[in-house]
Amino acid sequence: MSQFIVRSGPFTHAPTSVRATMGLVLVALLPATAFNLWLFGWPALFMFLATLIFCLLAEAGCLILAKKPLMPSLGDGSVALTGWLLAMSLPPWAPWWICLLGAIFAVVLAKHLFGGLGQNVFNPAMVGRVALLVSFPLQMTAFVSARPLGSAAAPGFGQSLGMIFGHTPWPDQVSAASALGYVKTELSRGVPVTQSMHHLPDLMDMALGLHPGSFGETSALLLLLGGLLLLARRVITWHIPTAVMGSLFVLATLFHAVDPGRYAGGLFHLLSGATFLGAFFIATDYVTSPVTKKGQLVYGCGVGGLTWLIRTFAGYPEGMAFAVLLMNALTPIIDHHFRPRAFGRTPQGDPLPLKDRT
Amino acid sequence: MKLFPVRGGVHPDYRKERTAEAAIVALPLPKALYLPLQQHIGAPAEAVVEAGQRVLKGQLLALAGGPVSAPVHAPTSGLVAAIATMTAPHPSGLAQPTIILEPDGREEWAALPPPIPDPFAADPAVIRARVADCGIVGMGGATFPSAVKLALGTEHKLDILLLNGAECEPYLTCDDRLMRERAEAVLDGARIMAHALGAARVVVAIEANKPQALEIMARAAAALADVTVVKVPAQYPMGSERHLVQAITGRETPARKLTADLGVVVHNVATAQAVREAVRFGRPLLSRVVTVSGGAVAHPANVEAPLGALVSDLVDFCGGLTTPPRQVVNGGPMMGQPLPSLAVPVVKGMSGILALTAAETNEQPSEPCIRCGTCVTICPCGLVPVEMAAFIRKEDIDGAARLGVQDCVSCGSCSYICPAHIPLVHFFNYAKGRLAEKAREARRTDRVRQLVEVHNTRLDKLAAARAAQAAAVEAARAEAAKATGATGQGGAS
Ligand code: SF4
Ligand code: SF4
Repeated sequence: MSQFIVRSGPFTHAPTSVRATMGLVLVALLPATAFNLWLFGWPALFMFLATLIFCLLAEAGCLILAKKPLMPSLGDGSVALTGWLLAMSLPPWAPWWICLLGAIFAVVLAKHLFGGLGQNVFNPAMVGRVALLVSFPLQMTAFVSARPLGSAAAPGFGQSLGMIFGHTPWPDQVSAASALGYVKTELSRGVPVTQSMHHLPDLMDMALGLHPGSFGETSALLLLLGGLLLLARRVITWHIPTAVMGSLFVLATLFHAVDPGRYAGGLFHLLSGATFLGAFFIATDYVTSPVTKKGQLVYGCGVGGLTWLIRTFAGYPEGMAFAVLLMNALTPIIDHHFRPRAFGRTPQGDPLPLKDRT
Repeated sequence: MKLFPVRGGVHPDYRKERTAEAAIVALPLPKALYLPLQQHIGAPAEAVVEAGQRVLKGQLLALAGGPVSAPVHAPTSGLVAAIATMTAPHPSGLAQPTIILEPDGREEWAALPPPIPDPFAADPAVIRARVADCGIVGMGGATFPSAVKLALGTEHKLDILLLNGAECEPYLTCDDRLMRERAEAVLDGARIMAHALGAARVVVAIEANKPQALEIMARAAAALADVTVVKVPAQYPMGSERHLVQAITGRETPARKLTADLGVVVHNVATAQAVREAVRFGRPLLSRVVTVSGGAVAHPANVEAPLGALVSDLVDFCGGLTTPPRQVVNGGPMMGQPLPSLAVPVVKGMSGILALTAAETNEQPSEPCIRCGTCVTICPCGLVPVEMAAFIRKEDIDGAARLGVQDCVSCGSCSYICPAHIPLVHFFNYAKGRLAEKAREARRTDRVRQLVEVHNTRLDKLAAARAAQAAAVEAARAEAAKATGATGQGGAS
């Protein structure tokens, strides 16, 4: 064979691009984002914008320091997506400095110190979330009950600006615990799950998103809508979401059946916390999840299983972010062990045996 | 007929409509024909004519250069102007010996071998010999000498001749037109090949995006009990031998084996037609149908051109170029080769000439891999392109080999689909080249070691012989000394 390969084909290319892919994910996030902006009002909008802008600035800063051109990296949508997902996993009324620190953790630490787009081992948004949660547990669990835009209880524009960027105090009686947090606290006080459940929004409200939680993760239905869009446009495949939710649901249901007083049920786990956001948008992050389908199933089951374990036994009420990071660390190993079977070869890589023909 | 699923693949924009309805038209005889001596895989042919010699249409110009080779014939009558080195349609752009023929326009035929009266009663060896003598090679682009492939029946028990009418490459419609316009001839040729192979059945596989060809071929095959026409899904690379065999039989050809080991041999429709011409009329391979298309061509067409016509002749015949093309391709856009220029001749394996605009090639600067895994999902060979490319980028060619880069058929699907526009196939071709070079190097060092060993043994033997001789001399001298000594002693005493 000649070493003289001038150019290899193909001489046609699908109209795919990183930008288009990222753009689709952002579009898929829109319904849930819009709903929660309405639900949590002006402060949430300021928090959301602040996080996005800080992430873009952090990216620009890193590119300048690394003496790389700003474009196309800044415009390919990847950092916008990181910022967007980070914002969605912060408390809706998180102050500006939380957003800033989150952006630094996510973009500088998790992405650029690893070598930039495609090189990072850990999901940047989740690094941001977990680093913040560990450093500022109070601020990171300061959830609020819904104060829809336009309702009497909603904070006004100016007041909201002050809440996020200044020292304006929050309106009274707005703080609320997330469902997972409430169940966990009650359990630690000896109240069985069966009882604490009565004080939570019913499952319908949970599915719709009318419950306290991180900015973008409350509405399971709208997140599902976005996830279906991603599936339909083949940005993601069913493997990771199904494995995450399936394993979480099965584990929770099994244990709930054994001891309903100690373990919350499968549906509750599915509709609480970051399950839908995590299954469709975070665990499916291309860079940090396995590239093979078999690997994705294993990885998804790992995320779902670990989420349940952490929620149930660890100190934190929510475990999705930790579970994702733990499985991120395993991704290279999973990819190594779950390669597809090559054409004409056994799973071990030997040529297939030649069967006798009759 | 039941079909079996084939893993992976892509659905490129086929863009066949530009020439699908363009009936085959003959190219007027150009002023000169340029016939490279190597238009096939294997040894180059050896010229048997000289400059200044007049030749007739169909006359042998160059003899097969070995068991895997193919002769070259004069596509028309005329004068051998020269035998010179000339750029061939090969990506390397390297020059190779080429016979230059100036047609005299008289189309005077040479004496051809007689038709084989009843091919289906003939000895397969006779048919193979005829196919070999007529210079027929795989016309789908593989250019492997067809006679060699027809000999597979001597060592394998074959069931099926799979006639490949999938034509899964975008743009190309030459096989489509051939099937629509010359269905009987194609089927006749296929059945002759099946007979030569000892295969009882002919299965014609045509992609679903060619409904007319499917219909016409099915009608032509209706009366033939041994022929089945099958509609296969339009899924690139359906036309890849092993994948087509899987779709039809459900069986996967083991690595390093041939489809013949499964009882199936695949031939292209254009080859079938050429075989028929050779067997029924004694006519060697002199021309072929080429799809001339692409956004830069004024009037895309399917042109039947004599071998050796310049690509520029065909392009001019199609109204020339409307804009400077971004890329001119020999073959289809997925697996075709870039053409170094338009001043290269049509060769036996050239199914398409595509002058593509920048909008059509849609090349973009490559970006970092986002590990989306699409290349893994679509690879029809079950490989992991993203990881192989990562190894090759680090110059770890052996790492890429462990991941199976040599199983890659260079179908181009991964590069085609990659959202980061990474030239994956380029990486793999590079790695395969390096590995082939290494294997050659290993063989060479082996050969050198062997030679050295032979040389050393000879030296050893020589030394041993010399030592033996020396010892013998020594012994003789000692013997003599003893004798003289004895006498001496005797004398002294
Ligand atoms: S398709 Fe391209 S971007 Fe996606 S994993 Fe493969 S090489 Fe990376
Ligand atoms: S790795 Fe090779 S066989 Fe697989 S899609 Fe790419 S070019 Fe085709």
